[in-house]
Amino acid sequence: MRYLPLTADDRAAMLGIIGATSVDDLFVDVPAEARLSGPIVGLPLHANELAVERHMTRLASQNLSAGSAPFFLGAGAYRHHIPASVDHLIQRGEFLTAYTPYQPEIAQGTLQVLFEFQTQVARLLGTDIANASMYDGSTACWEAILMAGRITRKSRAVLSGGLHPHYAQVVKTMARFTGDTIDARLPELSAEADDAAVIAAIDADTSCVVVQYPDILGRIPDLAAIAAAAQAKGALLIAVVTEPVALGLIEAPGNLGADIVVGEGQSLGVGLQFGGPYLGLFGCREKFVRQMPGRLCGQTVDAEGKRGFVLTLSTREQHIRREKATSNICTNSGLCALAFSIHMTLLGGEGLARLAKVNHARAQAMVARLAKVPGVSCLNTTYFNEVTLLLPQDAREVVRVLADRGVLGGVSLGRLYPGVEGLANGLLVTATETVTDEDIETFATELAGVLA
Amino acid sequence: MSAANAAGWRPTMGDTTPQGENFTTKSGDYGLMLEEPLSFEIGGREKCGVDLDDPQGAPVAGLPLRKAAPDLPGLTEPETVRHYTRLSRQNYAIDLGPFPLGSCTMKHNPRLNEKVSRLPGFADVHPLQPQSSVQGALGVINELAHWLIALTGMHGVAMTPKAGAHGELCGLLCIKAAIEARGEQRGVILVPESAHGTNPATAAFAGFKVESIPANAAGRVDLEALKARLGPDIAGIMITNPNTCGLFEPDMKAISDAVHAIGGYVYCDGANFNAIVGKVRPGDLGIDAMHINLHKTFSTPHGGGGPGSGPVVLSEALSPYGPLPFTAKTADGVIHLVEEENAQAFDHSQGFGRMSAFHGQMGMFTRALTYILSHGADGLQQVAEDAVLNANYVLRSLEDVLQAPFAESGPCMHEALFSDRGFADGFSTQDVAKGLIDEGFHPMTVYFPLVVHGAMLVEPTETESKSGLDRFIASLRSLAERAKAGDRSLHSAPHFAPRRRLDETLAARKPILVWKGEPGPAGLPSPSEIGDR
Repeated sequence: MRYLPLTADDRAAMLGIIGATSVDDLFVDVPAEARLSGPIVGLPLHANELAVERHMTRLASQNLSAGSAPFFLGAGAYRHHIPASVDHLIQRGEFLTAYTPYQPEIAQGTLQVLFEFQTQVARLLGTDIANASMYDGSTACWEAILMAGRITRKSRAVLSGGLHPHYAQVVKTMARFTGDTIDARLPELSAEADDAAVIAAIDADTSCVVVQYPDILGRIPDLAAIAAAAQAKGALLIAVVTEPVALGLIEAPGNLGADIVVGEGQSLGVGLQFGGPYLGLFGCREKFVRQMPGRLCGQTVDAEGKRGFVLTLSTREQHIRREKATSNICTNSGLCALAFSIHMTLLGGEGLARLAKVNHARAQAMVARLAKVPGVSCLNTTYFNEVTLLLPQDAREVVRVLADRGVLGGVSLGRLYPGVEGLANGLLVTATETVTDEDIETFATELAGVLA
Repeated sequence: MSAANAAGWRPTMGDTTPQGENFTTKSGDYGLMLEEPLSFEIGGREKCGVDLDDPQGAPVAGLPLRKAAPDLPGLTEPETVRHYTRLSRQNYAIDLGPFPLGSCTMKHNPRLNEKVSRLPGFADVHPLQPQSSVQGALGVINELAHWLIALTGMHGVAMTPKAGAHGELCGLLCIKAAIEARGEQRGVILVPESAHGTNPATAAFAGFKVESIPANAAGRVDLEALKARLGPDIAGIMITNPNTCGLFEPDMKAISDAVHAIGGYVYCDGANFNAIVGKVRPGDLGIDAMHINLHKTFSTPHGGGGPGSGPVVLSEALSPYGPLPFTAKTADGVIHLVEEENAQAFDHSQGFGRMSAFHGQMGMFTRALTYILSHGADGLQQVAEDAVLNANYVLRSLEDVLQAPFAESGPCMHEALFSDRGFADGFSTQDVAKGLIDEGFHPMTVYFPLVVHGAMLVEPTETESKSGLDRFIASLRSLAERAKAGDRSLHSAPHFAPRRRLDETLAARKPILVWKGEPGPAGLPSPSEIGDR
């Protein structure tokens, strides 16, 4: 077998040194009745590279990939152009096949990358500090709520109606087991974000307010006003960013008063990948550092006084603190953080701002054209690269028919909010720099055809 | 001149030779040992590695526009490639040599997996595309799920957990939901002393009280002590099998039976599944839930700390409570994604809900399935056998120089455990670990499990050759002898790594977590920033 270096002679020689007659002697602790004598029946046997590649390629070909169709989906996962050098660099074996940097003297590559990543994330989100990554945006969001509970010693979280419904589901799932109170709501189909409803829901028992920015319908909430209202009641503002490219155009949440900013970093460097692995971003005020979840990389010096980096403040973490840890997270999204960081380095702050402008301009062009389709209107007045269209009929079926016609035409609100009738005609559409004028024209033509 | 030099050691960088020659270079680099400043110190505001249009239209009204671009210098492509390539060379990696971290299963990462995961049909597919357009992607999840169920002899599998600890959480939430469904309240989870830190952390995270159960002299769970503690307040046990001492729990079935008898459930930490894949099915031992680290047993790369993937196989008793979404194939051959909307139609109305935004770590699923298909049922069995053979070879080749606490009780499984007993006064496991770095190896897991003093846990995995193991054994043997003899040069190891021992206390006392400097002139890092003494 191509991945197993031991030869039959090796095995015999090693058994001799061990003093065993057969490898089965080494499994003596496994009760005989539970031990399998041969390969599990009904499963295929080994296959060569050619055969496996053929099988997997056949499965891959059964999917309509985003790059092979006019593509307008977003809703928490965004298709951006990833420079070729990003994927090349993350495939360097020294990054790809390294472990968590527990031996810092021989892991300075990973550690320096994490330090650079933390700096980039903090500057992007407008927070004092950031950690070395979480699993994804949705789990980072729940961890932020738990952290706010530890800081405020209160356990009621107010979720904006503009929070991604899957994120809200994750929060509700977890809260059911921890006993936290979650005050959640559906989004209003209006041009104004749900700021007033959120502000009205904050009370003296509220630990935090969770607001997505831009929100699930593409609108831009007034974070500064919500931050002031939260602060007045002793609650923290958690801002959730699912499209970090937006922060090249609109102000960073930390600069608008958010205490904790979490996000989905998939947009930069990571790619769509059918939903994972993605990259949880987590930033906050420096004074909260000891309540943070996840790994942190810090600067220090070595025995010769040279600058170096180590994992630090691990007394918050499970491998030291066990049941008293701030989180149970161990493995996070290291390689995705590397991809994000390389893409961010290639862009720089000015490049990100330009990329954001391009996205916004593409979205403006998309809105202008799609709003001309008979029966279609755009809900948003504010947006970045994603808007909600209002169709004259249930959008779920429209999306399915569009896919049959070779257009990946957005995400229906019916898919995100099954059974909520008032939202069924909503269609979320996104335009990034990958969308061409021709794509928009095809989309508009096909949409008009489906609706006719 | 350092003590090391006086002892005849090769001078370290920036040091002086016994003859007084200066080993400091003008550049700060030493041959192929290359220093690299932070990207912020070599980048510039005007630099960009991506060519972009600069649209002139005005943004829509009412946006809270950013006053200035994020304060992050950029780099052009050649500078970027060089920056990260130079940094990469400061890392040890499985591609460079053995990475014998116990419990971490650092095995070779086949490159076919990488190639397949990058096919546009997998890599460039959105999670919310209409299901008719992603039948192949759902097919991967379904096929991998089938394998995981068959290999473990379980009833169902939750595919969405994003890493081992997330899988532990999934399993415990299933247990909690099952207990709630019976209308009961059980607040305690039992965890053996030798457990991974994630076990007690997860139990607490899920709202349980954690109680420790002791090990017996043979390094296994003390069955009698466990039985004595069982009662109506016990929700279940979290057990690692093979355990963190590298030993199989021969009483596993009896433990499961005892826990089931009082109405509790058995969670198994599957971090060490590599030792038994294809040799024994956890379902036959009474396990109710077990996470499988695809990044361990099934070879998806660790990537310097993730991403992982932690599917959880479930018994018939717990399957109804598993999370959304999951895949289901109907008789017409269509593969469905079961979400909130159609959970009832697929008879899954008791599921505990959603634990992450989308459908799991798809990029890891494609890699793991590729690996599994390559090995097949026969090859996977060989994987476990070779992993266990390699570990026992290490154990028996070193037990004369390193104390092996449980070696007398019989063979180990996939990892060999040693202690620091017999080292000279003042010499520790840490010294041996850092000495291994100088020998060109990544150290083993150190100071874990906590039940053994100065623990050294060596997991070679099946992808090490005999000759590679022989070199490792020779180095570790020599280091053990030096630690016993009191060779003080070990205290200052490593001497030949990109950095000497790092001051972790300083890092924790005065945390510097982000770069606070200002971008300097491009290409000219300030010497004080890159480690002036």
